[in-house]
Formats: sequence, C-alpha cells, structure tokens
Amino acid sequence: MAHLTPPVGPQDKAQGPATAPVTLVEYGDYECPACGMAYGILKRVQNEMGDALRFVFRNFPLTEVHPHAEHAAEIAEEAAVAGRFWPMHDLLFENQGALDDPSLVAYGEQLGLGERDLLIALGGSHAQRIREDFLSGVRSGVNGTPTLFVNGHRYDGPVDPESLLVILRQQASLNG
Amino acid sequence: MSNAATGGEHAMPKVGDPAPNFTLHSTPDQCVTLSELSGHPVILAFYPADWSPVCGDELALFNEVLPEFRRYDAELMGISVDGVWCHAAFARDRKLHFPLLADFEPKGAVSRRYGAYRSHEGTSERALFVIDHAGLIAWHYLSPVGINPGADGVLTALEHLSKNGSN
Repeated sequence: MAHLTPPVGPQDKAQGPATAPVTLVEYGDYECPACGMAYGILKRVQNEMGDALRFVFRNFPLTEVHPHAEHAAEIAEEAAVAGRFWPMHDLLFENQGALDDPSLVAYGEQLGLGERDLLIALGGSHAQRIREDFLSGVRSGVNGTPTLFVNGHRYDGPVDPESLLVILRQQASLNG
Repeated sequence: MSNAATGGEHAMPKVGDPAPNFTLHSTPDQCVTLSELSGHPVILAFYPADWSPVCGDELALFNEVLPEFRRYDAELMGISVDGVWCHAAFARDRKLHFPLLADFEPKGAVSRRYGAYRSHEGTSERALFVIDHAGLIAWHYLSPVGINPGADGVLTALEHLSKNGSN
C-alpha cells in the first residue's frame, strides 16, 4: 500500500533534474485550500534543496467539493501543451480565490495561449489525462489533497518546511 | 493489510466470517438492511464523525472514486454514530452520492459488532470492510486514527473478488 504507481516518467510534469537523488511528487487540486498552503511551503523546500530535488505535480481534483478544480486542471494541461505548465501552476495557486472560467481564460491569455485552445480545453480535451492522474493517485494510496510521495513512498508527516527538509535531506544523503 | 481489532468490546470479524447483519436508517424514513444487498459486493466505511475537514476527508475521496467502485457493482455505505438529520445535512453539503447510515440508537451498536467502536471517544473507528456477494467478510482494514486510509485497499479487494469469479 501507499507506493507510487506508476513511477515518475516522461508523462509527468517535473521541475529539477531527472538525476536528482530525491523526487517529491504532489497529488494536488488547484482549488484545495490545503494545497494552496502547501504551495508556498513546497516552493521554499525546492529553493532549499536546489538540484538535489526533482518536484512533480499530478492532478487530483476533488470535483464534488471544489467546483472549479477540474477546469483549473484542464487549463494547466493546456498550458503544458504550450510548454507553460509551471507558470500556470503557480498562477492558479496564487489566485485560488478566482478560478472561474473567465479568470482561467484570462490566465491562459496572460501566458500567451490562444482563447480558442483554452475554450477547447475547458470543453474537456484533457479530461482523460487528468482522470489517469487521478486514478494513479487512488491506486497509489492518495488519501486526500495534497498527498506527497518521497521517492515513491507516501509521506504521512506534517507539511511544513522543517519536517519536509528533514526527510528530503535524509533521502538525498541515502541516494546521493 | 488487516490489523487486529482494538475498538469496542467485540473483536473485529475475521476474513471469511459472515458479516454481522444490521438494519440502520439511511434517511429519516428509509432503512438499509445488509442482507438485502447480497449478490453485490458491499463496502462499509466506518468513520468517526460528520463534518471533519474537507480536503483530508476520506468520504470526499470515496465519493470521487465511486465510479470505480460501481465498475465492480459494489455498494458503498458510510457509517458513523451521527443521527439521520446530521447525516442528511453533511451529505448535502459534501454532495455525497452514497448513503450514510446512522449507528445512533442504540449508539454504536453496529460499530461494536464490527469491532469498530472507540468506547473512550464514543465514536466509530476509521475502519473499512469489503463484504463479498455471499455476505462474507472479504477484506478489512483498521486505519490509524489520524490517517485516512485511501481507496487503494478497497479497489484491490474488489478486483480480487471479481477475479475469483464470485460474481
């Protein structure tokens, strides 16, 4: 139980070197307040770890409790097609209070994406991809959002910079 | 993975045991009787209380995974000691698409029979049971109090049932 399936691969959105000794995977929902809290914490952890950390984001929208989560994920996937996934990921988490469709389209245009492509994305062109992420999370033992995996193992500890840095550095020294 | 029972005065039923039958209210004027669901796999999700925080909420997760459970023709039911009106408000607020059963009077009686009652807290444990088509316990899991169990164990159990050709 609680082991990342499938492992991180070319289908994933990753920041940091593929050769990093530690990979941190987040299953997240752009509208989830706890993911919003984690966003700043994970940025800080990424800065501290530098090239020793690869960070991966997978979609886990809880669409019944977060009405804008699916569309936000669709816009991020559309941004990924244009090579703008991470700027969009950041924009969404920095604007969690405004994730309605007109705002999502405006974020896309701000990043240079075409309105037509954005509207097609909101029509569900990436829904299958998002569902694949979601199901891989379910199979991996995701038990809420955010759920983090450190080198493939579910992390059940507190999501604060100090606790995360302890385990990430420990893993880095084991694999470094 | 299955843990030994710790809650209540009853032991948790073992894999292969008949699932203790019960009738509980799902709404103020409707009841669910376990034995009437035979022929389908049944998932019982005992949980401590309605109104726990949204994002870490096990029921919100199970609600999203419902289409996968349905692929195995499985019925999912949540059970806690909260009353029917509390369940109704909670289910509406969280847009739950499966019944919540009220183990309310006598309080926790069904949870106790499943070895899933925390006497000192007066709530159900966070425990999962998968019951097969014949009404036997196929899998169970008692989760550490603060950690939601996820749905992977339930899905693996359902997959196993379907491979063994019991449907």
